Amino acid sequence: MLRVEDLEVFYGDARALDGVSLQVEEGAIVAIVGANGAGKTSLIRTIAGMHAPGRGRIVLRGADIAGMPSHRVCNLGIGQVAEGRQVFPSMTVAENLDMGAMLPRARAHRAKNLDRVLALFPVLAERSAQAAGTLSGGEQQMLAIGRCLMGQPELVMFDEPSLGLAPAVVQAMLQTIRDLNREGLTCVLVEQNVAVSLKLASRAYVLENGRITLSGTGAELLADDRVRRAYLGL
Amino acid sequence: MARLLDGIASLTEGVPRRALASLAALLAVFLAAPWIANDYVLTILILILYFAYTGQAWNIMMGFAGQLSLGHALYVGLGAYTTAALYVHFGVSPWLGLPVAIIVAATAGAFIGFLAFRFGVAGVYFAILTIAFAEFARIGFDHFRWVNGSAGFFLPVANYTQNDLWNLRGSPTMFYYVALGMAVGAFVLCHGLLRSRLGYFWQAIREDEMAARTLGIDTFRCKMIAVVISASMTSVAGVFFAFYYNNLFPEQVFHISRSIELILGPIIGGIGTLFGPIIGAILLTGLSEGIWEVMNAFGFNPPGARQVFYGICLLLVVMLLPDGIWPPLARKLGLGKRPEKPEP
Repeated sequence: MLRVEDLEVFYGDARALDGVSLQVEEGAIVAIVGANGAGKTSLIRTIAGMHAPGRGRIVLRGADIAGMPSHRVCNLGIGQVAEGRQVFPSMTVAENLDMGAMLPRARAHRAKNLDRVLALFPVLAERSAQAAGTLSGGEQQMLAIGRCLMGQPELVMFDEPSLGLAPAVVQAMLQTIRDLNREGLTCVLVEQNVAVSLKLASRAYVLENGRITLSGTGAELLADDRVRRAYLGL
Repeated sequence: MARLLDGIASLTEGVPRRALASLAALLAVFLAAPWIANDYVLTILILILYFAYTGQAWNIMMGFAGQLSLGHALYVGLGAYTTAALYVHFGVSPWLGLPVAIIVAATAGAFIGFLAFRFGVAGVYFAILTIAFAEFARIGFDHFRWVNGSAGFFLPVANYTQNDLWNLRGSPTMFYYVALGMAVGAFVLCHGLLRSRLGYFWQAIREDEMAARTLGIDTFRCKMIAVVISASMTSVAGVFFAFYYNNLFPEQVFHISRSIELILGPIIGGIGTLFGPIIGAILLTGLSEGIWEVMNAFGFNPPGARQVFYGICLLLVVMLLPDGIWPPLARKLGLGKRPEKPEP
């Protein structure tokens, strides 16, 4: 579905990504793990069109989308749940969800997508008229995911969805991602919670200093000595 | 006809009845004012309407789309000089000069917006950029011989016995109604914009631009539209300014104090609200005139004292009502749309 080839990204003079290649199959959960500053968020932003790559290709279903502006990438069905639950705090929950449905591809399906999101997260229906800034951290993350789903994406990139959430909420969040994937959503999961994301992933990549240093199925990486030492503390 | 009525009805849709009633009352007072008020009061009312109008225009950029401009005097000046020059040099009516003024100001706004938004100049740096362009214009027009440079550009002064609306020459009452029309028009336009899809995009950008981009909103385009609309509207105020005051000096028209003066109203009244610019204009103009009156009555008028009192009053408003006057007032009157505010 999505293929990244030899991607190089600079922020000024600093190289954030250095020849990254990876592949996301339709219907997969692909995990990208790595330490802070390894380039995970840069990778997501570049795929989403929020940052232009210096070199390399991003191929979506055969078409190169590298350098395409983010609003057009979004409309091709690549959604993003950004790090840190970026909801619009003084808009209501309903307005936040509406903002997600403004994409041309999703406008006509707003009612259907809203039903789906509210079925997935019933708490959002209860809080519909409440300002998003008054929600708890877990609820805000649900809203961020729900808002993204309102845009009817086929592939969603999750950037640290469990960051700052209580352990019980983290489990529920990852369960939701697994459920969405079973319904056919292709997922790219960037997580510091390495053990959990590797268990979930059909394929995983280790990103270090802007390079892919290791890749394999989730199970393979979980069993890899280097991964166990560096990320699982075993 | 039915469609027109539907259109008018849709304007008031979702607005609380009490808000409509108070709006109608306010409009009635303003419509009747010239029969009651003397020339002095009328002059103050014209100022209020002028600042209500410019406040709405500035509010589109800052209040709706979250882009702080401290250089709106640029657009006032461009509008003023364009129509005044066309009138004085070629006898072109200000109504025909108006579209030219709008094009000039919109082009300037688009240029500044493009520079800033394409190259990621944001926040205070964007504000500084807007100041810089207003300053460029001030210095440039000081040496612009065609409009008489720093010596000032004068329009032939009106003969007040007869109103000539086509050439905007006439009595204060005529200017009053022109200003009232502008203020009402700006209010209706902003009301419509705020509820349009574009208005929602602007609010999203103001709240969190990154998040807006992740949802596929073309933030560059939305911000450009905000600047162009805001600049165009502000240039219309410039046209009014030129024909009302009949003289233009670059040092005054483009001066940064003009830009500040124009943004105080919406800040005091409530940024991003429809009533904020109106309340702010009424309060600020009233305050500055009122303080002058009171101090005069006490025979107390040392130089600068008026400014000091004015400053203290502004300070109090900003300290006690950081959201501006309108949001808490609206809640108190039961006119607020949204009672809940997020915790910071």
